[in-house]
Amino acid sequence: MPNALIITTAGINCDREVVHAFTLAGADVKSLHLNQLLDDPSIVDQFQLIGLPGGFSYGDAIAAGRIMAALMRQRLYPALVRAVSRGVPIIAPCNGFQIAAQIGLLPGPAPGQPWPEQAPKPTIALAQNASARFVDRWCDVEFPNQTKCIWTDDLEIPQQTSVLPIAHGEGRFIAETPELLKQLQDNGQIAVRYTIADNPNGSQDNIAGICDASGLVLGLMPHPERYTRWTHHPRWGRLDASAKVEQPLGLKMYKKAVAYASEVVAV
Amino acid sequence: MTTNTVFRVEVRPKAGQADPIGEAARQRAMSLDLPSKPTKIDSAAIYLIQGNIDQQQLEMLADQLLADVVIDSATFGSAELIGESLIEVHPLPGVMDPDAEVIELAIRSILGVDVQVRTGKRYDMHGIDSQTAQLVARSCLANPVVHAIHNQPYHPQAFPKTSPYELRVVSVPLLEMGDKALTSFSREAHLFLSLEEMQEIQAHYKKLGRDPHDIELETLAQTWSEHCVHKTLKATIRYCEDDSSAPIDMSNRPGHVVNDDGSVTINNLLKSTIAAATKELMADGIDWCLSVFVDNAGIIAFDDETAVCFKVETHNHPSAIEPYGGAATGIGGCIRDIIGTGLAAKPIAATDVFCVGYPDHFTAENLPTGCLHPKRILTEIVSGVRDYGNRMGIPTIDGAVWFDNDYVGNPLVYCGCVGVMPRDKVTGDPNPGDRIIALGGRTGRDGIHGATFSSSELTDVHADEFSHAVQIGNPVTEKKMLDAILQARDHEDGCLFTSITDCGAGGFSSAVGEMGEQLGAQVNLEQAPLKYDGLSPTEIWISEAQERMVLAVEQDNIEKLQAICDLHDVQMCDLGEFGTVDRELILLYEGTEVGRLSMAFLHDGLPKTTRQATWSYSVSPTSVSKTKPSITEALLKLIAHPNIASKHWIIRQYDHEVQGSSVVTPLVGANSDGPSDASVIVPVLNSTRGLAIGNGLATGLRDDPYQMAIAAVDECVRNLVCVGADPKRIAILDNFCWPSCDNPAELGGLVRAAEGCYDAAKAYRTPFISGKDSLNNQFATDDGKTIKIPPTLLISGMGIVPDINKCVTMDIKSAGSILIIVGETQDTLGGSHYARMFGCDDQSVPIVDLKAGPRYANAIHSLINNCLVDSVHDCSDGGLLVAIAEMCIAGRIGASLECSETSLFSESPSRYVLEVSSSNIDAVKTTLADMPFVIIGETRNEQTLRIDDKECVWTLESLSAAWRGTLDW
Repeated sequence: MPNALIITTAGINCDREVVHAFTLAGADVKSLHLNQLLDDPSIVDQFQLIGLPGGFSYGDAIAAGRIMAALMRQRLYPALVRAVSRGVPIIAPCNGFQIAAQIGLLPGPAPGQPWPEQAPKPTIALAQNASARFVDRWCDVEFPNQTKCIWTDDLEIPQQTSVLPIAHGEGRFIAETPELLKQLQDNGQIAVRYTIADNPNGSQDNIAGICDASGLVLGLMPHPERYTRWTHHPRWGRLDASAKVEQPLGLKMYKKAVAYASEVVAV
Repeated sequence: MTTNTVFRVEVRPKAGQADPIGEAARQRAMSLDLPSKPTKIDSAAIYLIQGNIDQQQLEMLADQLLADVVIDSATFGSAELIGESLIEVHPLPGVMDPDAEVIELAIRSILGVDVQVRTGKRYDMHGIDSQTAQLVARSCLANPVVHAIHNQPYHPQAFPKTSPYELRVVSVPLLEMGDKALTSFSREAHLFLSLEEMQEIQAHYKKLGRDPHDIELETLAQTWSEHCVHKTLKATIRYCEDDSSAPIDMSNRPGHVVNDDGSVTINNLLKSTIAAATKELMADGIDWCLSVFVDNAGIIAFDDETAVCFKVETHNHPSAIEPYGGAATGIGGCIRDIIGTGLAAKPIAATDVFCVGYPDHFTAENLPTGCLHPKRILTEIVSGVRDYGNRMGIPTIDGAVWFDNDYVGNPLVYCGCVGVMPRDKVTGDPNPGDRIIALGGRTGRDGIHGATFSSSELTDVHADEFSHAVQIGNPVTEKKMLDAILQARDHEDGCLFTSITDCGAGGFSSAVGEMGEQLGAQVNLEQAPLKYDGLSPTEIWISEAQERMVLAVEQDNIEKLQAICDLHDVQMCDLGEFGTVDRELILLYEGTEVGRLSMAFLHDGLPKTTRQATWSYSVSPTSVSKTKPSITEALLKLIAHPNIASKHWIIRQYDHEVQGSSVVTPLVGANSDGPSDASVIVPVLNSTRGLAIGNGLATGLRDDPYQMAIAAVDECVRNLVCVGADPKRIAILDNFCWPSCDNPAELGGLVRAAEGCYDAAKAYRTPFISGKDSLNNQFATDDGKTIKIPPTLLISGMGIVPDINKCVTMDIKSAGSILIIVGETQDTLGGSHYARMFGCDDQSVPIVDLKAGPRYANAIHSLINNCLVDSVHDCSDGGLLVAIAEMCIAGRIGASLECSETSLFSESPSRYVLEVSSSNIDAVKTTLADMPFVIIGETRNEQTLRIDDKECVWTLESLSAAWRGTLDW
């Protein structure tokens, strides 16, 4: 059974459902406080999967994820990069995505390029929703065929159940330059999109989540861990029995990564 | 050597980047009545940093911390004015600045330097002059109670400094005071004690032969406040009914004595009605109540290992003055109640119910002086609950809004919280020798006199007089404290504390006073960590600064607890010890005794009073009979009534799915926009057992609080049953918000409501497990009028759902199924929304049949449990036609109806609308055999709702637009 590390700190509040999703998917999960990892970053080296859960780390003071990113950039970035180099899948939903973007874990170096030793300057941002308002709802989502993301490639989901919940105030995806956006598209780094009709926050190219060039690190605004049983689906009472034969989308994503880790990642 | 330069950094969106905050401010400003409208508002965040850093370090901070290099640009100092006028909003000195503390932490990590930070906001206004900008600022960007508004960039030379406190023990010359002096001293010192209570205190100190110290008087005032001790509900009441139009049979009620003159003496109203019902039910087979009325929340069994608890609080008066902070600290306080229940529960859901004035009724001309506009109040209380609840990671899953213009000066903010805990952690008591440990936030001057303030009447000058009672919350402090407490509770060596409670009203004084009631306590007040220097021991003792809990901890566990607190960056301090020789409360400051009170006098000294209550039935005046609208028009208007209209604007701002436990959410149906009757969550994630959370509010029946109370219980039960809760496993809570009960007529209404609670709880077999009351909700205007709120009783409930896979929602599922109304429709429009909007001749209110209502509830549950119904909706606000319209909108499936006109708009209680597929109709009829039910139509594969014989047709689109439009803010 592969093991998973969940990183929590003051204000992280989606750790419980990320732990549960990893557990359902067959991982042995440990939740550790950021302060423990800052004291000894080598703890990260003992794990095969990593989750950076959502929430309002440090109250999202200044901007979402800003303080936690500032605390992680110097001491924890190198340990996370070592983990990616070992082949560890990392999921960073919501606040986790905002943090991963700000410490330069996403989008990461161009294909074939090494990870910089120090956390690079961010090149993507998750800005205030266009509505300037927090919103909780489910969005229709699509998974680009050519994505490299090990969490979302080869997912065949019927339209009715291809939905994920979002709950955020700052999720508007912005790439620093049009060139970068094109690069992400061309490299298969767009891991998940809102459908054109269902973009909740004004994200560029309807982007809901991206991965690094290796496909291991997934950052996304939706919360797949809140869709691990059929009764999570917002319209589960209206779904045909046939729609519920397979596993719910969120659980599928976690299972894919856990299966990947148990085959590929050594501690 | 530290210099104390204050650096100023502005952060705004880069050229070409959107500015959603500025745009949102402009949109808010556009809805104001202004001489000219802003064409654009540019926003910027301001950071003021005081400390020993240089320009290079400052630039590094801007780059790595304050600005996002992708989308922001930073300016050092102040940028030139960008538009025509400028507004800056900064928290007043001493007001919580939640971001500042963690920014200081981050700067320490990046630079290794300690600095002080304050944050602010800048708005550059285009198209309006400075005077108009001020108006915009005061109306929607800032509240002078907590904010300073500047029209220039604010860049102080240095942050204000406070001077250290020098001890002075203050004696109050109480012994020499006459009655008049006692009364005026009580009011002027904000004690809000009655003359009788002041005399009792005077007599006590006469016996002791000394004058009281101010800290002792404050302790008594907090502990004896209506807010803390509920003295009205616990008093002896002499109740008279002056007319016999709606008598209540008072014989054979516990604690009630019918006197020869026909009056009734009730000894402790709470104990003789609400608590009595629970006691009788528990003696009669209900064995799943684990803790009722004694703790911060009521606790029931969830399954063999787990218990759930529920508490609902009000935070009305602070929310009238500063709605954002008032509501946020309201929910924050209620969450702490749950953390402080038993040996700590984990909060898993929040609820909120608001009562405010109609948003479209008040203008600058008719809004009473000292009141904020209802639309502003509602917008800001929603923001407050949103920002606190979302940051705590607690899903806000149930609520309601009720509009009535009499709430204009005194809005109601009900905040509820549900928690889950192991069944072996439902009680805890301190032992002698346990340390008194405070966790969480620092103590400041904020929130002083909140308890006594909430127990007084609001007036037009309260915003000035009581600004110190208003606070801004800091949810992150509370969240990390919660994380630490749960870790300490579940420690491998066993729970690290023997008792826990929150610092709510009265601060340390009530928390330590209550925990130490049986043992006594000795407190070293100088040990409390302070936000700033200069607080007197009395201020420390009674401050209601947020986000603090008090724990009783054995000396041996102190180190382990400290380690957990260190890991979570949670402040912990040792305030003293439980247990004194003579069961006293001994207050010390740096070794000097500043106060000493006997716990016996503190908790049992409150004089018992007899209060008069009278009742005579009077019908609220309604508008004269207007021209009756057509049925078509009536439905479109009713469904757009703010009480009924969609609350998606509120619900969508709350994270109602955090914690991953959602089963039935507040908005359901084909497009997730139908109004669910209640919500369901799974408290234990890998279980299929669920918990439904709902409420009942029947303020429309205010003319007879007895019926109003019963109807509220009935509605709460129906809401829970509709989604799948087992009516045999429902526990409820009472929350009374009443006008001043010093008035015998108001108290009479309260008595009737309490009697209604007793009768309803027994009939439905739904025990009350906790409750709360707020009994001085009225507003004195500057021209001497009193605006009393409608007597308001919120019933909140939680019910066990045996199998979440059987949960049902209210949206029509398919065309071709049959619609049934279960329950009797009474031929009266009294208390209905129809009557309120269009008038009606017969004002008699519908009566709940206490034998029938529970039977229907059980029958509906049996139908749901046997999977015989496709959808269920309770028939309440607006009546039958509104209920069916909501079901059609939610399912995006039409229906055709055959029904009599009188049944369309009556708000008769105890009714349910069912959607049944034709294959199940016989089985449903069998289950309902001995109950009144009528087949009223069928669902159709079309996008209209029709009443064929009346030639009424509505498109679902027009219904949906009307329903969603009213509160689509």
